[in-house]
Amino acid sequence: HLCFSFSSCLDASRPWLCFWILHSLELLQEPIPAAVASDVCQFLARCQSPTGGFAGGPGQHAHLAPTYAAVNALCIIGTDEAYNVIDREKLLDFLWSVKQPDGSFVMHVGGEVDVRSAYCAASVASLTNILTPKLFENTTNWILSCQNWEGGLSGVPGLEAHGGYTFCGTAALVILGKEHMLDLKALLRWVVSRQMRFEGGFQGRCNKLVDGCYSFWQAGLLPLLHRALYKEGESELSQQRWMFEQQALQEYILLCCQNPTGGLLDKPGKSRDFYHTCYCLSGLSIAQHFGNMDNHYEVILGKEENRLAPTHPVYNICPEKVAQALQHFLRMPVPEVMLNFAPNKGQRFCKGSLTFS
Amino acid sequence: MTISSIVMTLLFGDRKEWADLEPVPQDDGPNPVVKIAYSEKFSDVYDYFRALLKNDEKTERAFALTADAIDLNAANYTVWHYRRVLLQALSKDLKEEMKYITNIIEEQPKNYQVWHHRRMVVEWLNDPSEELQFIADILSQDAKNYHAWQHRQWVIQEYKLWDNELEFVENLLEEDVRNNSAWNQRHFVISHTTGFSDPAVVEREIQYCLNQIRKAPHNESAWNYLKGMLQDRGLSSQPGLLERVLELKETHCSPYLLAFLFDCYEDALENIAQKEKVEEEEQKETLRKALEICQLLAQEKDTIRKEYWEFLGRSLRNKYGNGTLSDEPMAENPEPSISASQSQEAS
Repeated sequence: HLCFSFSSCLDASRPWLCFWILHSLELLQEPIPAAVASDVCQFLARCQSPTGGFAGGPGQHAHLAPTYAAVNALCIIGTDEAYNVIDREKLLDFLWSVKQPDGSFVMHVGGEVDVRSAYCAASVASLTNILTPKLFENTTNWILSCQNWEGGLSGVPGLEAHGGYTFCGTAALVILGKEHMLDLKALLRWVVSRQMRFEGGFQGRCNKLVDGCYSFWQAGLLPLLHRALYKEGESELSQQRWMFEQQALQEYILLCCQNPTGGLLDKPGKSRDFYHTCYCLSGLSIAQHFGNMDNHYEVILGKEENRLAPTHPVYNICPEKVAQALQHFLRMPVPEVMLNFAPNKGQRFCKGSLTFS
Repeated sequence: MTISSIVMTLLFGDRKEWADLEPVPQDDGPNPVVKIAYSEKFSDVYDYFRALLKNDEKTERAFALTADAIDLNAANYTVWHYRRVLLQALSKDLKEEMKYITNIIEEQPKNYQVWHHRRMVVEWLNDPSEELQFIADILSQDAKNYHAWQHRQWVIQEYKLWDNELEFVENLLEEDVRNNSAWNQRHFVISHTTGFSDPAVVEREIQYCLNQIRKAPHNESAWNYLKGMLQDRGLSSQPGLLERVLELKETHCSPYLLAFLFDCYEDALENIAQKEKVEEEEQKETLRKALEICQLLAQEKDTIRKEYWEFLGRSLRNKYGNGTLSDEPMAENPEPSISASQSQEAS
């Protein structure tokens, strides 16, 4: 099941493989057979760490990235079996164990800090209803400090603005309800400038090359900014289009990013992989669908069969799955923090505290 | 099979020194998904790694095995963590570890774990003396490696190694004036040293930008830097800048120059709005020029961003227009805008 010859360099990213593949299938509106879904649930259960969170594979340490991927994959499956895999109390313990005093999160105990971690933490905490304000104390300010002179966000304060990190920071702030604290106008200018006038796809950073995966990380910012500006009282927003050239992005993806034997890729000449398949399709979905269930406008390039399912611009799983997961977990009480968490466990070899600022 | 293709290492499972340890196979469960086709070598190494982890073994042989595990998958952060635990528990020579990590990074410079490991070792040694040269070497192979720049900024900030960095940046920009990472580093160095409040610094930087723009007019980085440096104080706060840019427009025009002009006009409008006694004609004229640029960009010079420029035009007219702008060209506006209270949730 979901069985190809995966490279062993992905041996610490197996929940990602589950997410990339399941999300691609849901965008393509391909049903997941119940047996496969159940197998995925059981596998991800083996990736869950006894101390909370999910690891890149059975027996490995928990890490925020596979945690994000596992929770998303389970929400795509959306059965009670899937939801029940997640140990919410332990997950909260794990999030506390990677939280830093300055508001940032390390990716794993003894690991590196960057803005991806805030997004991964906010995503899983909000979906599973374990989010408390205390958990994200100072996180808003830390993320805001990642917005730089270019208008986009960097991985850590001081670095170059980058599409992946900008998406993570912005989406995290949306989850925390604080996206209005960004300089939205500067961010908007930066992201629209990342669409390549010749290729139609997006680059990750100024003066770098186009890459199909930025179809999601960059273009996916426009629905987020549209909503943020709307909430700020912006009256001149379009009622039909995102503020990027939707047709041009679809052209880039469909004409330049497909492998003739299946799967999608970075740019012509590159080989296909499940990461690019997931994010090219996610970007294609963003480019095809404007609005929400109440006000929906579609732009489908090519045949009707090119239509993908819509995706949620914050979580990047289908909006129905987001709603269903929220509904399921909101019925449960927010767990209390276990008092035996040790933020410096495993950190005794680091200089001073965990803070890298 | 030729001699050169024979690999002369024994599996751990066949080594006498490891006979006491029971390897631990991976527990994928009865119906595994996303199965990886591990090589015999891979399974062997990781079966023994799992055994070491299970027993919390802190020995030389464990340390040696982590190198094999890393070689097979340098992204296995669990192995790297364990290696760090062993480095401390066995009081390993950290200078040797620096050599090791240097080699690994040279082979795999786009991996998170290797750079984080190097940072830990540098911290333990409290010795950044090799860092700037090492990072320069990595950047000479890929001048935009994000991890390299991240490590460089950490080293510089942590150990206060600012002195030669502006020179380093200028050299990189000499090699490639379009290197946005280098422009970012320029901003990083200046904001943490002299800052951008000193008018002499600002003038020097403006001069630098305009020179680079003359050499490469379609270099977005230079224009972004110019704007980014001035935006907090307001683009119209810099006397004479608008004029210098209008001069450049004749011979070195670009969508970026036009966008910069738009930003100047918008900033001017913002300031006009705050002044009490202001010529209504002046405001109308500035607005007209701003809207003209929006339309030019949307229709002709930057059509990929048509939706954006049209939005900006509508926004500006809504904010500063007073409804009596009958002599002004209408920007193409295919849909009526409705007030926020009327329109539905947009997303």
